[in-house]
Amino acid sequence: MPEVDLRQQTVRDLNEALHRLSRQTNETDWQVLHPNGQHSLAVGIDAPVTVRIKGHVGYYCAGMNKDATVIIDGNAGVGCAENMMSGRVHVKGDVSQAAGATAQGGLLIVDGNASARCGISMKGADIVVKGNIGPMSAFMAQAGNLVVLGDAGEALGDSLYETRIFVRGAVKSLGADCVEKPMGEEEKAILSQVLELAGIADDVRPEAFRFYGSARRLYHFNVDHAEEY
Amino acid sequence: MSRTLPRFSATFDPYTISQIQRAAATGIYDIRGAGAKRKLPHFDDLLFLGASISRYPLEGYREKCGTNVVLGARFAKKPIELKIPITLAGMSFGALSANAKEALGLAATAMGTSTTTGDGGMTSEERQSSKTLVYQYLPSRYGMNPDDLRKADAIEVVIGQGAKPGGGGMLLGQKITPRVARMRVLPEGIDQRSACRHPDWTGPDDLEIKIGELREITDWEKPIYVKVGASRPYYDTALAVKSGADVVVLDGMQGGTAATQEVFIENVGLPILAAIRPAVQALQDLDMHRKVQLIVSGGIRTGADVAKALALGADAVAIGTAALIALGDNDPRHAAEYAELGTEPGAYDDWHEGNDPAGITTQRPELTARLDPETAGRRLRNYLSVLTLEAQTIARACGKSHVHNLEPEDLVALTVEAAAMAGVPLAGTNWIPGTPLG
Ligand SMILES: Cc1cc2nc3c(=O)[nH]c(=O)nc-3n(C[C@H](O)[C@H](O)[C@H](O)COP(=O)(O)O)c2cc1C
Repeated sequence: MPEVDLRQQTVRDLNEALHRLSRQTNETDWQVLHPNGQHSLAVGIDAPVTVRIKGHVGYYCAGMNKDATVIIDGNAGVGCAENMMSGRVHVKGDVSQAAGATAQGGLLIVDGNASARCGISMKGADIVVKGNIGPMSAFMAQAGNLVVLGDAGEALGDSLYETRIFVRGAVKSLGADCVEKPMGEEEKAILSQVLELAGIADDVRPEAFRFYGSARRLYHFNVDHAEEY
Repeated sequence: MSRTLPRFSATFDPYTISQIQRAAATGIYDIRGAGAKRKLPHFDDLLFLGASISRYPLEGYREKCGTNVVLGARFAKKPIELKIPITLAGMSFGALSANAKEALGLAATAMGTSTTTGDGGMTSEERQSSKTLVYQYLPSRYGMNPDDLRKADAIEVVIGQGAKPGGGGMLLGQKITPRVARMRVLPEGIDQRSACRHPDWTGPDDLEIKIGELREITDWEKPIYVKVGASRPYYDTALAVKSGADVVVLDGMQGGTAATQEVFIENVGLPILAAIRPAVQALQDLDMHRKVQLIVSGGIRTGADVAKALALGADAVAIGTAALIALGDNDPRHAAEYAELGTEPGAYDDWHEGNDPAGITTQRPELTARLDPETAGRRLRNYLSVLTLEAQTIARACGKSHVHNLEPEDLVALTVEAAAMAGVPLAGTNWIPGTPLG
């Protein structure tokens, strides 16, 4: 198993090695030691490999990931898995702000809590947070699913487009144009699928969640909604 | 005469009155394309001195006057070299038709310069037609794709735009066709707002980390630009340099936009004339002038404008509006159709409505089909040639063997305001009003 010890090697060395991998590589299991909160670890991977990072990471870990599985045995800084296209990022600890920002595909799992703006502008990914999420999460979120087992902070889903938000705990407040909607069969099926993907379908029932989506009242500039712009 | 003539107010002039009437009728702000239309201090207020007994000129057509520019040598492994110091500014597919984007790419490639994507991602047409393509990294991240990032020749982190420093984009429903919607992951036909702030960083310390990430993803190959609207050019330039930019792009308030509130376009930001010297000063104070390149834009129309921008210390300019006009925007041959849209050639700016008879700022297939990329690209290529020849004409007259040798000493100002903003003497005096920033 290839191992990169960031006490001896640089972030550049790590990313360069990961970028050299072809999609058919058989070096599929990587281990990264002593990340020590450094930024931009395992960014821009474009191969179906697994990278396990043993410790805390800084900003943008696994940014723009394609097809790789990145596991972080620690906490992650700002913008973890930002703009992920596909693959899977699993944070065993907590994540800072803007986790999964603009992510277009793949699955981000956070075992702990996520700070503010989780899933901001997300464009199709699935995000599962087992703890709580901070304020302004799913701001302007466009597509995909944000699933929260704990509570959500203020202004959830502000200026939401078509992302589905499922929260099991309490929601402090909803942002402009975000409303609670009845969970239909379609949403329930989607939620079950995401729980399944995240490997928690056996422990967590979809019925325990409430579903939030866009009221779609800001989709067209309209004088009668001026106070919400 | 028993009555005076009808008298229009200078304060409540006919245009202002029509604005009040429009507001009262609709209850929503006015949105339009293009840049600030009010009269502003501009390059017209500067003159070159030309050669004299103490400065001798170069022979036109015979003696060489270089125009090439290298961008991104500070950190990028693969800096880009352009043959002319005139680049094509970022304009989105969505705002512009795919044919217009292709025409921009063809012209830029023929002239040895670069073109730029925009809010909405990279189209295959523009990647194919452009030899050197700059990929914009915007707050909305519409269409943001690491594969396109890797395909780009440079990356431009957009923080602001001259027409609307501090504002996000908008693209109204008429232009959100299925293809545009798909690229942006939005429902078709909605009035779309782009974010005004990046989702995953705020402030210069974060920006530095963000630029680091982009460099890591692209293996430090590509030049990274930072684009700002002209508002605090001294500090923004210094902070962009500190954050690790290879190139700073500075866009003044005359700079075009595809769609923004009129009140924003006309009242926020600085004219480019007032912004260049502070930006250059910041680069000089950091010993980075010519090491980090400065590209300026916002109302560049002629080779004289290009030469003046370079003389004030820019390394290159970018054009948006002028490029669209060269492609065929506001052409008098569409006069009848402009009339139907309630306007006339030369004044058409409802680019957000998607009804452009020239087929440029529209997504309607029957209109976009009117713009042949080859023909329109040819016109833009002609125009870029003229800009270059004009800038060289002036540079030679000032005795310069490269357009980058133009300098503030070659310039004087016609007005006190322009003298203060450009930091050059009022013509016929040795007076430079004001104290430079820094
Ligand atoms: C139709 C149109 C679309 C534009 N779209 C973008 C954009 O997507 N991103 C951006 O940074 N600037 C955009 N701009 C601004 C240009 O990049 C550039 O800053 C400006 O046009 C330069 O000024 P000029 O129009 O006076 O040449 C757009 C401008 C126009 C006219």
